[in-house]
Amino acid sequence: MENEKMMEIPPTDCPSIFERSVDGRVGVVLPEEPAGIDALIESSIPSEFLRKEQPYLPQVGESDVTRHYTNLANRTLGLDTAFYPLGSCTMKYNPRFHEKAASMECFRSLHPEQPESTMQGMLRIVYEAQKWLGELAGLPAVSFQPAAGAHGELTSMMVIRSYFRSRGETNRCKVIIPDTAHGTNPASAMRSGMSTVEIKSGLDGRIDLEELTKQLGPDTACVMITNPNTLGLFENRIREIADMIHAVGALLYVDGANFNAIVGRVRPGDFGADLMHINVHKTFSCPHGGGGPGAGPICGRDFLAPFMPHPWVMLKDGQYTLEDDCPQSLGKVRAFIGNLPAAVRTWCYLCELGAQGFREVSGYAVLNANYIAKLISGVYEIPYGERCMHEFVLSADKQKHQGARALDLAKGLIDMNYHPPTIYFPHLVSEAMMIEPTETENIETLEKFAAAMLQLAEVAEKQPQQLLESPVKTVVRRLDEGLAARKPVVCWPGNDFNK
Amino acid sequence: MLKKVGVTSVDELFTQQIPEDLLLSDVTKLQLPVAADEMTLQRELNAIALANDTDKISFLGGGIYDHFIPAAVDLLASRGEFVTAYTPYQPEVSQGILQVFFEYQTMVAGLLGMDVANASMYDVASGAGEAVLMAISALRGRNEIIVPESIHPDIRETIHAYTDNGQVQIVNIPVGADGIIDTALLEKSLGEKTACVLIQHPNYLGCLEQVQMISDMTHKAGALLVAVVDPVSLGLLEAPGVWGADIAVADGQGIGLPMYAGGETVGLFACKQSLMRKMPGRIIGMTKDVNGKRGYVLTLQTREQHIRREKATSNICSNHALNALKVTIHLSLMGARGLTRVARLCLANMARLKAALPKEAIVYNAPCFKEIVVRTKRPVTHVLEEMLAEGYYAGIDLKKRLGSSDYDNCLLMCVTEKRTNEEIDTFAQKLRPMLVGGEM
Repeated sequence: MENEKMMEIPPTDCPSIFERSVDGRVGVVLPEEPAGIDALIESSIPSEFLRKEQPYLPQVGESDVTRHYTNLANRTLGLDTAFYPLGSCTMKYNPRFHEKAASMECFRSLHPEQPESTMQGMLRIVYEAQKWLGELAGLPAVSFQPAAGAHGELTSMMVIRSYFRSRGETNRCKVIIPDTAHGTNPASAMRSGMSTVEIKSGLDGRIDLEELTKQLGPDTACVMITNPNTLGLFENRIREIADMIHAVGALLYVDGANFNAIVGRVRPGDFGADLMHINVHKTFSCPHGGGGPGAGPICGRDFLAPFMPHPWVMLKDGQYTLEDDCPQSLGKVRAFIGNLPAAVRTWCYLCELGAQGFREVSGYAVLNANYIAKLISGVYEIPYGERCMHEFVLSADKQKHQGARALDLAKGLIDMNYHPPTIYFPHLVSEAMMIEPTETENIETLEKFAAAMLQLAEVAEKQPQQLLESPVKTVVRRLDEGLAARKPVVCWPGNDFNK
Repeated sequence: MLKKVGVTSVDELFTQQIPEDLLLSDVTKLQLPVAADEMTLQRELNAIALANDTDKISFLGGGIYDHFIPAAVDLLASRGEFVTAYTPYQPEVSQGILQVFFEYQTMVAGLLGMDVANASMYDVASGAGEAVLMAISALRGRNEIIVPESIHPDIRETIHAYTDNGQVQIVNIPVGADGIIDTALLEKSLGEKTACVLIQHPNYLGCLEQVQMISDMTHKAGALLVAVVDPVSLGLLEAPGVWGADIAVADGQGIGLPMYAGGETVGLFACKQSLMRKMPGRIIGMTKDVNGKRGYVLTLQTREQHIRREKATSNICSNHALNALKVTIHLSLMGARGLTRVARLCLANMARLKAALPKEAIVYNAPCFKEIVVRTKRPVTHVLEEMLAEGYYAGIDLKKRLGSSDYDNCLLMCVTEKRTNEEIDTFAQKLRPMLVGGEM
């Protein structure tokens, strides 16, 4: 068995929790069972429903659990550990206060089926967060229901589907997507039952209006645009583009992944967007948590409001309510209201910053990106120019010819205690490295990182072999991803169900 | 910095790149709050807290449950490295969180009795939506899904939204008089177009479904069985993998996460080995590094959107990582014995509550676990108001929640291990006169 062979691979200094298991240990003390419970179970549940074998779970004490997961925390690089210039992900520092606010017992202990009158505080938070996000987006119809950015995209495609259906325009199922888009864009469009067409970017890295014209037509449902795009460039003809889209009766959808670059300065609604999603885990102070939960609220024009998922959080005669009588609504995309801890953090952030504060967010985000670009340009090629919005994409082509690819540079950065930038995306830059410093890093960090990048380029030129070996300072070295995919071992093999 | 960058002001970076008519000329015109300091904001939050009532004794369930969470869960999960990490695309610096997901997958698969699990979904409803789409894609040519009335209304609506693309047919099966799926009707509805049958067990009405019979029928028709289960119940009830589920989903809220007015939670998602490559979401695999040392990586990524774009098995990008971590820590602390104890305590409390209620008020005969439907004399809204005044959240008004007069005067109640004997007894005593068969 493949699984059992894998078991023989010597563990690192942090074995699996299942290897720490000793029969009879338990990490929690629970109340005693009442007398006669066995007879009670026998009389109330027919035996065919009862579990025959106990579930495969470790048997460990609380101290074992504490050490184990503390050690695993030590083996995880977070933004709290090091600079994380991961392009397109907006890894900014988020105030600890928001964590405290989100974990307040008055929010944690609410049940979704409580009467609305007993959760006015929670509903107020969601209502206000939605209202203010709508204000910053220039798109007033907001739903906090989607659980993630990609979920916001999918929900938006469903909103658009419902909207066109209500108009009898069921033929509109084509979604046009530039080649710089995140992979989630085409995947979300397909998931909603639409078809996708990719258009090539122009030489300047922006949308080619001629290519767009060729694809726009009576079957177009929407165009999905990320602005600024993933090259860190603002689509400066966006209003013209919006007009073209609207002229054929289609909608402009904005992927808000890069909202941090323009928040408080440009409102997508003002440049012609009809609908957008916002990644609150990027722009609005929710930590990424190793891959969620964040939230992907969507903001749309008023004419799209009837199609938004319910319940709608509303304010009527001074009372916050949850409205479920929404006949045109697409329905629901998850259970209950939304990812509410994310709403609390978003609310806190909005209250702390105010309007002027958001100008500073985007201002410093853009300044910091331009500063790093300036410091390393020349040594690294920046194909679309060093003037950028909140991120820029360099090409490590030169370094590749010297013998170290973007991947090797990324691994080299790890040994210098940085989380590497996003690599090999967007696809139209070869050996791409996408750098987004965010507004929360200080000048010392930016300069040190730039110096590290320059040092790395020097190593690539003189001893590229050294980078091929990296990382060497981590708990494991480069891993065999091919083996993992060819012979997948996705559960600890002691699990009886896997035999 | 400005000088080095070649501008005289930060604003110039924007005017250089963005047409002037798109730039907000006066940000102060935006209807946003006035910036507040932390101290002021904490005061404001304390005031908001008072407008949330969490002091009542709760018998609410219906998908979100008031289960015990050991203190260690949140304390350990709040480590900054976990909270502030990104998706582990760089495995060498993410071994900790990757190992967490691997252990999570193992525990979820073990709990559900399935071969493999992914690294989590957003919640049970979106997970169920993904599961039916996965079943349809696994069985090409079959486009009908059978969704009985006995599942959670939010799951039903989510499945509807996920499959409302003009190509999928949803077949409804009503609930029988005993609170469970009418299996004779189900058998008639199954056919060569059926891609999957979705069942919830225990179902939304608290009743245990005839899972083995349903599973056999489903497979005989060549369709897949998608099971929605309550992970806490699995301390006592047979795992869906054993009774034949091909895909099993569950909400992880009850095993380590606060109720939080319904979310955020985490979706458990597991399937048979043969369906693994159709699974949505992140999957973590074990492998070796260049020195032969054990390590973990994101694997089977060729299913995913960042590689496959429009051809991906799903658009899912993130999981609900931090909540998956909490579930992992919770299950580690509990172990099989703790989880079983919790399930047995729930059942004991339910038996205590049931015994204190008039028999005539119990709406369904089918066995139940921790939830039960009772019939009230007057409309449930009145009962709920009166019980609220007595200090209780007594349950869910099914007529309102399910939007159907079939459930007139039907109240769905839940009792977990957290309710004390005294709470249960006093509650039952106060509720009894309002129930059918209860003396005034």
